[in-house]
Amino acid sequence: MKRFTAFVRKEFLHIFRDSRTMLILFAMPVVQILIFGFVITTEISDASIAILDKSKNEMTREITAKLASSGYYNIKHLLHSENEIEAAFKRDRVKMVVVFEPQFSKRFYADKQASVQLIADASDANSARILTNYAEGIITSYQNSKNSDVGAVAKPIETQVRMFYNENLDGVFMSVPGIMAMILMLVSAMMTSISITKEKEFGSMEVLLISPLKPFQIILGKVTPYILLAFVNVLTILAMGYWVFHVPIRGSLFLLLGESMLFTLLALSLGIFISTVAQNQMVAMFMSMFALMLPTILLSGFIYPVENMPYVLQLISHLMPPKWFIIIVKSVMLKGNGIMYVWKETLILMSFTLLFVGLSIKKFQVRLK
Amino acid sequence: MNEPVISVKNLVKRFGNFTANDHLNFHVDKGEIFGFLGANGAGKTTAMRILSGLSKSTEGEVVVAGYNVNTHPEKVKQNIGYMSQKFSLFEDLTIWENMRFFAAIYGLSTAVFKERAQMLLNKLGIFHEKDRLVGELSLGWKQKLAFSVAILHRPSIVFLDEPTSGVDPITRRQFWEMIYQASAEGITVFVTTHYMDEAEYCNRVTIMVDGRIEALDTPAALKKQFAARNMNEVFLTLARPNNQ
Amino acid sequence: MITIQNTSKKYGTVKAVDDVSIQVHEGELFGLLGPDGAGKTTLLRMVNSLILPDAGNIQLWGLDPVADYRQVRQIIGYMPGKFSLYTDLTIEENLNFFATVFGTTIAENYHLIKDIYQQIEPFKHRPAGKLSGGMKQKLALSCALIHKPKLLVLDEPTTGVDAVSRQEFWEMLQALKTKGITIIVSTPYMDEARLCDRVALMQDGQIHACDTPANVVAGFGKTILGVKMTNVYKGLTDLRVWKHTDNVYPCGEYLHFIATDSHVDVASVTQYLVSLGHQNIDIVNVNPDIEDCFIELTRTH
Repeated sequence: MKRFTAFVRKEFLHIFRDSRTMLILFAMPVVQILIFGFVITTEISDASIAILDKSKNEMTREITAKLASSGYYNIKHLLHSENEIEAAFKRDRVKMVVVFEPQFSKRFYADKQASVQLIADASDANSARILTNYAEGIITSYQNSKNSDVGAVAKPIETQVRMFYNENLDGVFMSVPGIMAMILMLVSAMMTSISITKEKEFGSMEVLLISPLKPFQIILGKVTPYILLAFVNVLTILAMGYWVFHVPIRGSLFLLLGESMLFTLLALSLGIFISTVAQNQMVAMFMSMFALMLPTILLSGFIYPVENMPYVLQLISHLMPPKWFIIIVKSVMLKGNGIMYVWKETLILMSFTLLFVGLSIKKFQVRLK
Repeated sequence: MNEPVISVKNLVKRFGNFTANDHLNFHVDKGEIFGFLGANGAGKTTAMRILSGLSKSTEGEVVVAGYNVNTHPEKVKQNIGYMSQKFSLFEDLTIWENMRFFAAIYGLSTAVFKERAQMLLNKLGIFHEKDRLVGELSLGWKQKLAFSVAILHRPSIVFLDEPTSGVDPITRRQFWEMIYQASAEGITVFVTTHYMDEAEYCNRVTIMVDGRIEALDTPAALKKQFAARNMNEVFLTLARPNNQ
Repeated sequence: MITIQNTSKKYGTVKAVDDVSIQVHEGELFGLLGPDGAGKTTLLRMVNSLILPDAGNIQLWGLDPVADYRQVRQIIGYMPGKFSLYTDLTIEENLNFFATVFGTTIAENYHLIKDIYQQIEPFKHRPAGKLSGGMKQKLALSCALIHKPKLLVLDEPTTGVDAVSRQEFWEMLQALKTKGITIIVSTPYMDEARLCDRVALMQDGQIHACDTPANVVAGFGKTILGVKMTNVYKGLTDLRVWKHTDNVYPCGEYLHFIATDSHVDVASVTQYLVSLGHQNIDIVNVNPDIEDCFIELTRTH
């Protein structure tokens, strides 16, 4: 144990003494999330919207008032028919149109099924998503307050979201989950693979091998600091997402952190695997870049939606661990789902981890070649 | 053999408060094999950089191949060759490609390059291997080849930095034969090293200690002066006076 | 005692170590001499269990580096060829780290490294990357010694180090020997042979001789004449084509000349050179050294 702590301490000294490593570890996540965040997220306030109220009763007026008083929306027009929707988008540049079906409150109370349609201009996909999300939130909370009035738990209001111009919101840039995947890949896989190959390159690995340290102690000693640092990064990204960009955390924070740790372990095992194959830092770096970073960015659905890729690339994207992690994070963070909804993806991540740990153990040698 | 090819007068180089070269005075004759010795940090590298026009002296006058290195460093560079133990040739290029590259750098015409390279490889007996990658050659061959490349453009001076360390004794002999030959053809050879057995081959050697020249003479005269059996003892006497 | 029997290691078609058999005695300072690429590093790594031999048998006090590699690694202090310390850690941190990794403390074995470590202790808070070559070497040696190894394996410790530091390093090794540590050191510098108890001359994976430096030199068996003249290069080419020449090569100030038979003496060589117009001819008798032996052994193998 003493050997192990000595090793970890040494590793921390390496990290803290190297300003470039420190920069990559701590400044880069912050800078990246700021850049990505500000490029994509437009702060929503006073967005112009239009209302097409085919019902015109107390209930729809109440919802309209809630939307208006939320501060997010500025109701520019009250439309009279569906024909005007297109024009509202094109001429008046509204960002969203809210359509209440006829006899809304009657259907709410009698049929327990009332429908409100949110049509958004998805040419700006990200703000479209945010606008509809907020509106959904407002409508849901209104519904809950009505429910508590009548003591019911049903959810009679059905919100239908329709995106104009970019029907299925493929372009939505889910910055936070993607950045989390990218940073964790970078910190865990790239930094560990580089730091392990560094020992090989400088010849100190020979001395470590010849010492009474067992191989798994060497590996664990190299990896432990990065587990901790990656965790700090997860917290930083979540905190920044939450407070700076108001990305909601709807699901369980513990589940989210747990999944992040799982992904970190996966990335670490990948990093270790790379270091058993690469002979020097340069090779490790390139392998990490091309084998991990680019696929993370390009094939995981982080920037380009998987559904739009050619079929072959879609198949390949299944092999990209970040893809599954991003699905999990989106699901837990944005949709508020529990483990029941993401157990399959979680299992996939676990299998990847076991696979790479297994491969690394098989590849790591107590001798030189 | 009476016109000096290198003439150094009161060369001083300071880095801040640190004096790397403290009033160096020496000259090297045409065709001479001149050894420049010193421990790590004695100021060898600094002096060699100044001589080869890579760095400017703080004081003093240095004339190499007829040009003042402070005012005409480009002229100096045209007239010198350089070979070091650390880098000699590109490992991922073939022998021929390396030679063509260095010939081009020094502005040799294609015809002249072809003629000289062919002659040189024939002399080394490896013309049939000209398309092999340099990386596949043994260290000894690399060093011999690197030396040939360094004098391909017929410089008046060639600077060698620890040329034969780590090479086997036989190859080292062959290497020195090539140096003797170059010297016989009138090329001045300037060798910096901290391996004293390389010093024994030189016509004259200087020994630098802490930025100053502490000795300058033929190996035989130095051995006699310090009552030493070999140059290593001479060097230790000078570089480690307290322990003697 | 270390016994290496018929040990071989191949990389592709290259025989890095080719059927080597040597013994290193207890408490000995043993030198493995050979140029770059001779196979020294491969041989040392087979001894210290880092590389598996293709064939042969190695025993270190009865331990087999293949089967008992754990125990073997416990008794070895190893300094690889490349500078193997952590350049971003200080002297003290490096030493502490290796002490802890080997399950000991600096205090416990301080007596062993004291003479060496004291020389660098004033700079113990300086990062290892900022040390001079000689100081790095002392630190590396301290780190290799900190767990009180029975055998010290040093791979080219003096390569790239200046003459003064080399001298000091060998003095340190001599001092360590008196403490009963067996030392195997590899070096490409033939002149370091005289500082060893016994040496093995290695080239192209083979051992050409293994004996005390004096015995290796005594085995040379031929007379060497040192020949000097004004035009060395012409002298060399002239002598090379002479019918009485067995071998001639440059060696420091003189050319070393070996005749085909013992009738050739100073007078006949002088006569030959004068007849070709050489000037300032100086011929002396030369005692062969390890390099001469190496050249002769390589030639005859």
